[in-house]
Amino acid sequence: MYQYDKFDQAIVDARVEEFRDQVNRRINGEMTEDQFKPLRLMNGLYLQLHAYMLRVAIPYGTLSGKQMRMLGHIARKYDRDYGHFTTRQNIQYNWIKLEDTPDILADLASVEMHAIQTSGNCIRNISSDQYAGAAADEVADPRPWAELLRQWSTFHPEFSYLPRKFKIAVIASQEDRAAMRLHDIGLELVMRDGVLGARVFVGGGMGRTPMIAPEIAEFVKADDLLSYLEACLRVYNRYGRRDNAYKARIKILIHELGADEYRRQVAEEFAHVKTLGIDPPLAELERISAYFAPPAYEQGLSDEIDRSNPAFAHWVDQNVKAHKQPGYAIVNISLKPVGGIPGDASSDQIDLMADLAEKYGFDELRVTHAQNIVLPFVAKRDLFTVWQALDAAGIANANLDLVTDIIACPGLDYCSLANARSIPVAQKIAERFADAERQRDIGELKLKISGCINACGHHHAGHIGILGVDKKGVENYQLTLGGSGAEDVSIGKITGPGFDEDGIVDAVERAVEKYRAVRVEGERFIDTYRRVGADSFKEAIYG
Amino acid sequence: MKILTGNDLKTGDVIWWTGKSWSRHIGEAVDAGDNGEAVLAEESAAQRVNAAYIVDAAASPNGPLPLHIKDRVRAAGPTVRADLGINPDVPIVKG
Amino acid sequence: MVDVIRFRDDAANDQPLVSVEALSGQTNATAVRLESDEDARALLPYLNQLALIEVAFPTFRDGRGYSAARILREAGFTGELRAQGDVLVDQIPSMRRCGFDSFIANAPVDQATLDKSLNRYDHVYQPAADAALPVWKLRHG
Repeated sequence: MYQYDKFDQAIVDARVEEFRDQVNRRINGEMTEDQFKPLRLMNGLYLQLHAYMLRVAIPYGTLSGKQMRMLGHIARKYDRDYGHFTTRQNIQYNWIKLEDTPDILADLASVEMHAIQTSGNCIRNISSDQYAGAAADEVADPRPWAELLRQWSTFHPEFSYLPRKFKIAVIASQEDRAAMRLHDIGLELVMRDGVLGARVFVGGGMGRTPMIAPEIAEFVKADDLLSYLEACLRVYNRYGRRDNAYKARIKILIHELGADEYRRQVAEEFAHVKTLGIDPPLAELERISAYFAPPAYEQGLSDEIDRSNPAFAHWVDQNVKAHKQPGYAIVNISLKPVGGIPGDASSDQIDLMADLAEKYGFDELRVTHAQNIVLPFVAKRDLFTVWQALDAAGIANANLDLVTDIIACPGLDYCSLANARSIPVAQKIAERFADAERQRDIGELKLKISGCINACGHHHAGHIGILGVDKKGVENYQLTLGGSGAEDVSIGKITGPGFDEDGIVDAVERAVEKYRAVRVEGERFIDTYRRVGADSFKEAIYG
Repeated sequence: MKILTGNDLKTGDVIWWTGKSWSRHIGEAVDAGDNGEAVLAEESAAQRVNAAYIVDAAASPNGPLPLHIKDRVRAAGPTVRADLGINPDVPIVKG
Repeated sequence: MVDVIRFRDDAANDQPLVSVEALSGQTNATAVRLESDEDARALLPYLNQLALIEVAFPTFRDGRGYSAARILREAGFTGELRAQGDVLVDQIPSMRRCGFDSFIANAPVDQATLDKSLNRYDHVYQPAADAALPVWKLRHG
């Protein structure tokens, strides 16, 4: 994976000192909260319902054992012994003291990490496919491109006060594991005439007005990419709406202009920007790519897995995915124990995952947008050992992509924006479907819960989505069906009137039972829903 | 009644106005009556509280209880981590 | 007397600022004010006659002026480019990178804080309107 050179390190170290200075000015009273707020947000520091919350960037979800261990150390030393992995492949800590944040950032910088641009109206952490470099179906590893974008977007002087936040995802497989078209910009790497380039989708997003990004460019060469993106961003910075925060995302601009007109304006701006010489030479992409060379795989390893332990066999079937290297597998560690808090991991669990990566996984881990962890390079002969260690730590849940593998935002338990709690709903649904055999029989079912319309829990993209709302001071939950964040991307539709906390659990169960009753061989929940249509599901739910 | 809340500037702790100073325990909160804005202005300027605001509450045997669920969760701590709350007596859902 | 923070050696322009709209009728105007919702490219035909362009920042959140500044510098404007309005001390380094070389800020700017923040970073990742070389250039020559 990528390693900082002296330039990268100097920039991150300077950022630590800059923030230390800003925090001191705030604590000394030289700045008001209004003045300090944009500065702390630009470094991922929020003031939440109970305390400060710090969001740490995990660029494209990739980290080493040493970095993972540092995340555990921070949880233990500065927080309350746990961290929360987010739907943007980051981690956040819920109980941070303002006066500690400069030291936390210094600790992070010591392992080449930071919290730069994890909030604010700027280009956020670049996300990617959690199986990058290991997936059997990728045309290339998307992470060198993501790292190129990380560097380009870091402290970009023109794009630090955009109309609204800006999220970019890069993938390189036809199977979309990163909800690429639900980002402000989604890049899909494709090969054309032996040359790697990017299909560019612009103007997707969830939130109040969910939209699927249209294709704006069918192929942008690597050495044009930054000029092209600079043009995309400049048009947005100049013409995106600033009169209404709810209409300020780029999806609204593109919706109002139309994709064709936006494409035309970008092409015009690109023709100008391209003359400025802002694209690095291809040698820079090659330099970065060298860090992402495949690990030193052992050759000739067996693909046999001893399945005599049934619990292990279930875990293999559900959580272990095909690898491009013979003898190896991709291991998904589900952070979704029944009754637990989706995405939370204790310091000890974080340390254990770091250990396993170092011992059995070529020192690499990934964070997924579904709030799970991946060990992307595990030899099949080590799978049983890894599973035993995870099982002992309570994180061998064999439920990847099943109904209990729920994405949930922190909701009203932590978030000052939330209207309703998300986590208790996730827990009740997981408990209702706790029976492992029933879960497996239901099969792939992506259930996603947001505690407010900002949609951090990706409810629009859930096969089943739940949106918490405030109904006259009481928590109420709307049900949506038919969304998908994958390559078959779609936006879920609201079924009808909302439910209280117990009612929503029953409604989910009725939808699931409807599916089980009418599915045909090989159909997932989403397939059946699309085939039979919303009405018969509504009837099952509301009677 | 009107009670006052905010965060400790340095630690971020949720705090409540006791009439003289700030406490982490909502049970010690007092009715600020019509003085809320004045107290907040003075306390904010003196940096003794951050991001402070006025909360509508009702009296209860255990002390003031915020009318809005968000402030009740704020007072109690995350409902899914009872071990981390500092005012566990605050009921979250009324009734 | 307004405090102007200026990073230029030439004499300050003391001509009155005209609006973009008024510019086409005034061939002798040398100073113009660009509001945040106005198109910087409307000024391109007049760059030769202009010595000062003031760009408005009605709130610190309104980042359109950063693009305006780059567009004007990219078009070859070498006169004074001023950011006026809700300009925060921590924003000035980025504004400098986009081509601004003078500032009139609503709130007083602490000179020591400004000096520190302007000297904070030895390296930048991307080229902009200033002379700083991006790290990729330092890496590859």
